[in-house]
Amino acid sequence: MSSVLQNLVNQPYKHGFVTDIESDVAPKGLNEDTIRLISSKKNEPAWLLDFRLKAYAQWLTMEEPKWPNVHYPKIDFQAISYYSAPKPNKLLKSMDEVDPELLRTFEKLGVPMNERAKLAGVAVDVIFDSVSVATTYKAKLAEVGIIFCSMSEAVHNHPELIKQYLGTVVPVGDNYFAALNSAVFTDGSFCFIPKGVKCPMDLSTYFRINTEASGQFERTLIVAEEGASVSYLEGCTAPKFDTNQLHAAVVELVALDNADIKYSTVQNWYAGDENGVGGIYNFVTKRGLCKGINSRISWTQVETGSAITWKYPSCILRGENSVGEFYSVALTNHYQQADTGTKMIHMGKNTRSTIVSKGISAGHSNNSYRGLVRIAPTAAGARNYSQCDSMLIGDRCGANTFPYIDVRNPSAKVEHEASTSKIGEDQLFYFAQRGIGAEEAVSMIINGFCKDVFQQLPMEFAVEATKLLGLKLEGSVG
Amino acid sequence: MIYQDSKTLLEVRGLRATVNGIEILKSFDLNVKSGEVHAIMGPNGSGKSTFAKVLAGHPAYEVTGGEVLFQGKNLFDLKPEERARAGVFLGFQYPIEIPGVANSQFLRLAYNTVQVERGKEELDPLEFDDFVREKMKLLEMNPDFLDRSVNEGFSGGEKKRNEILQMALLEPKLAILDETDSGLDIDALRVVAGGVNQLANKDNAVVLVTHYQRLLNYIVPDYVHVMEFGRVIKTGGKELALELETRGYDWVSAEYKAGGVKSAGTTA
Repeated sequence: MSSVLQNLVNQPYKHGFVTDIESDVAPKGLNEDTIRLISSKKNEPAWLLDFRLKAYAQWLTMEEPKWPNVHYPKIDFQAISYYSAPKPNKLLKSMDEVDPELLRTFEKLGVPMNERAKLAGVAVDVIFDSVSVATTYKAKLAEVGIIFCSMSEAVHNHPELIKQYLGTVVPVGDNYFAALNSAVFTDGSFCFIPKGVKCPMDLSTYFRINTEASGQFERTLIVAEEGASVSYLEGCTAPKFDTNQLHAAVVELVALDNADIKYSTVQNWYAGDENGVGGIYNFVTKRGLCKGINSRISWTQVETGSAITWKYPSCILRGENSVGEFYSVALTNHYQQADTGTKMIHMGKNTRSTIVSKGISAGHSNNSYRGLVRIAPTAAGARNYSQCDSMLIGDRCGANTFPYIDVRNPSAKVEHEASTSKIGEDQLFYFAQRGIGAEEAVSMIINGFCKDVFQQLPMEFAVEATKLLGLKLEGSVG
Repeated sequence: MIYQDSKTLLEVRGLRATVNGIEILKSFDLNVKSGEVHAIMGPNGSGKSTFAKVLAGHPAYEVTGGEVLFQGKNLFDLKPEERARAGVFLGFQYPIEIPGVANSQFLRLAYNTVQVERGKEELDPLEFDDFVREKMKLLEMNPDFLDRSVNEGFSGGEKKRNEILQMALLEPKLAILDETDSGLDIDALRVVAGGVNQLANKDNAVVLVTHYQRLLNYIVPDYVHVMEFGRVIKTGGKELALELETRGYDWVSAEYKAGGVKSAGTTA
């Protein structure tokens, strides 16, 4: 039985291949010239170059954070190439213009592009390495005034909006990796939902890192004006490499009065092999600002990939009666390390937040939940409910919960619940004795464990997530 | 009940098994024919529960000798889930809790798995719901059992009823009930025993592992085996259980040690 347990998580990474496309890669290293090069390659206005340089200046004074419960060799930031664009680097009007090799890559990944995207009703803003190559459904969205495009396009076509909102939720000097991102980000997505508009479809972006040793620094900004609402899906895959790849994205969400933003992620980046060699370092800053009254921001994430995950999608609840939610499943296997959680910063009156975190550890992995609930003196009547559950598969993995609770208003109500459970030999034997094999048993237990989170995902993502967890745990039970 | 023309369901010959390197079963023999009810009794640590777990294939136990034929085939060629599908059922002494998995889901998956094995139709959730509710009446179970997580927060009696409910759903050929009576009050015992009696027929067999005669007032065994030293040291009819109730086990051990009693496997 033990060997059955062991064999269950060890499915090789399906998306491990390198696409042979000639890339326009910047020389390795980081200095002011690199930043000027990125900015000029992208033909950026002066204010954005200033934004980058300011961030770089701050980054130079900062220290890499040591507090996360993750361990990795020191990153040599001078050994990374900060810009890589597929050639030819021209603006594409339709999918026909896209390099067929690139299309085949998407095919292998199962990205619902072309007809598949249309059938699925999903607009896909595809990022291949650092430059957007295709944006679908833009016209349809434009009819209702929604802007959904790459960050580079937005900088040129909607500079006033970018100028108004970029860096307002995650300031350039917010943290080490956010500062780095602000200095060198190459592309990302911009989404703007104007006043009163309910986005008619889920918006989706697929990210993909392709050039070996090229760091990927995505920048995403989503703004929902008064009464607007949007559901945004982010999905990730990456090819298999032996050298670790740094990924330091920044995602900023802004919700004005009565606006509603739902941000869902299914992350399946290369996690390294079963001996812990290779894999993506995922150091991400995601934060939403509930700026207006009755606004709502909801993060749902299913984290299954990356060698190291360092990620705390957070909500700043500034508007009165605003609502923040965080639903997370983080699965680690082999030698993966995850330190993830959320921050709920209550500032407005009667603000509410819900945290549901499910950590699953298998193999030799280490999975930590780290969360902060802060109730400011101004947040009278604020409420928080947190639930952090850990599940262990086998006896060589670890799970930790680090909840930080800081309450400065006596009328606030904060609840925290935590549990740890284990898929043990006895549970699997019980299933087996009723005719149910180990894989099916594990999948049933895991799905039961993650139910509260999966319910929050859009339908097609929920199906994908369920399959993904099953796949990730194949061969690991033991 | 003993039937003249019944077939042998289970043959255990010289079974030896260890857990953590310690030998618990030492030449254990047992013969069970369809239609029969057997009781295995014996003091704590005599190996009764080990026998039940070894038969079902618990991974912590290692079979080191002997053989077990189930319907004429080597049982140890089958994985635990295959044994279950073939009709070997273990009623757990301590049913396992599975948080987050609804009882209804679990029961349906188990039921459908066995149905498929038998070449029968699977039931969809609605059909299964009707079906399982009927079975639950047999055990006087509250329908809210279905929505609760498997065994989580169940009382001892509820867990044991849930075991017998699973037996009712899976309709095993051979049901080994490991101390199904422990932790039951008298009313629950009556209900659980009633359920087992209704499920027993001439095509299946029941092996009761128990400490006490009490259960055997409700489920009357055809054979009573006394286990000690990892083997059956005495076999008799239902009256042996009554004798054990009044005299304890010591005299059986003494007899066995004196070599005055024929040991093991004389059931048929």
